[in-house]
Amino acid sequence: MSTTRTILICSGKGGVGKTTTTANLGIALARLGARTVVLDADFGLRNLDLLLGLENRIVFTAQEVLAETCRLEQALVKHKQEPNLALLPAGNPRMLEWLTPKDMKAIVSLLEEQFDYVLIDCPAGIEDGFKNAAAAAREAVVVTTPEVAAVRDADRVIGLLNTQGVTPVQLVLNRVRPKMMSIQEMLSVDDVTDILALPLLGLVFEDEQVIVSTNRGEPLTLGESGSPAAKAYNNIARRLQGEDIPLMDPSEARKGFRARVRQLMQTRLF
Amino acid sequence: MTVKDFIDKLLGRQISSASTAKQRLQLVLAHDRSDLNPELLAQMRREILEVVARYVEIDLEEGDVSLETEDRMTALVANLPIRRSIQQTPEGGTL
Repeated sequence: MSTTRTILICSGKGGVGKTTTTANLGIALARLGARTVVLDADFGLRNLDLLLGLENRIVFTAQEVLAETCRLEQALVKHKQEPNLALLPAGNPRMLEWLTPKDMKAIVSLLEEQFDYVLIDCPAGIEDGFKNAAAAAREAVVVTTPEVAAVRDADRVIGLLNTQGVTPVQLVLNRVRPKMMSIQEMLSVDDVTDILALPLLGLVFEDEQVIVSTNRGEPLTLGESGSPAAKAYNNIARRLQGEDIPLMDPSEARKGFRARVRQLMQTRLF
Repeated sequence: MTVKDFIDKLLGRQISSASTAKQRLQLVLAHDRSDLNPELLAQMRREILEVVARYVEIDLEEGDVSLETEDRMTALVANLPIRRSIQQTPEGGTL
């Protein structure tokens, strides 16, 4: 029995930050010394390579490894600045419809022989792409944002993960806007965790630096930048490693007289 | 309801969009999780009322059958105020 942690990063809805989360967590875990591989299971619309700045270095994919036209080592793309991190694309965008749950299990068991973490970047949706990506997952991180559509879709995915016996399933609440939460114009952290009934692994505040880092192909956790999202992803990586790190408090950023009045206004009457 | 909601209500102001969002989500998720659409639920409600009405006289205006969700558990909750029971003989006739 390997001690590798094989974690599916999924969301149901697209555009909530699955791939950004996978890239940043991958780098953060690698920097903590863990041998980490990120597997892009979204091979129809693969983007993990782009976020990691590795788009020009992909020669082979998991597909060639399984067909035995290349060795696993040839298909793994090592990150330049962070050698503990490798990327493996599941397949080629031109070769749709090849991956089955059996293929996924085969490739993941190869990876589990040499890595501490296998992070699987899941495609959006709950159809075959999701089922394939989830086939080999032992645990899962569900990424969602405090918006109705994202929470609803996350709920569907959690239901599917539960029936598959994936556990633990933890939540990352992404693109949190503390200002909007404080005036109750955005679902609160408690609202989302109440509804989805999942333990919260991390909160990531909306951060423009994410866009800048994506432009450059250099995930935020790569640098020493103290940007809020970089801190959040580093904290999530440490929590995955078992460290006890308190969650950020969205209301913390907005203390003072007005914040206290606002807090009074949020006191429960009945 | 919070102090803010209460004042908003008093002043006739709109309720905050976050609480609207939460309410709407809870409702839609109860249906998603049970895989029951509102039409099926309405049909089930009618049939449950029919069955119950054979044994007791219920207040059809007050009766309510709905889905409630807590911690990923969805429950079918029927709240049917009984006016009085209808005594039945073993032959099935009403006394």
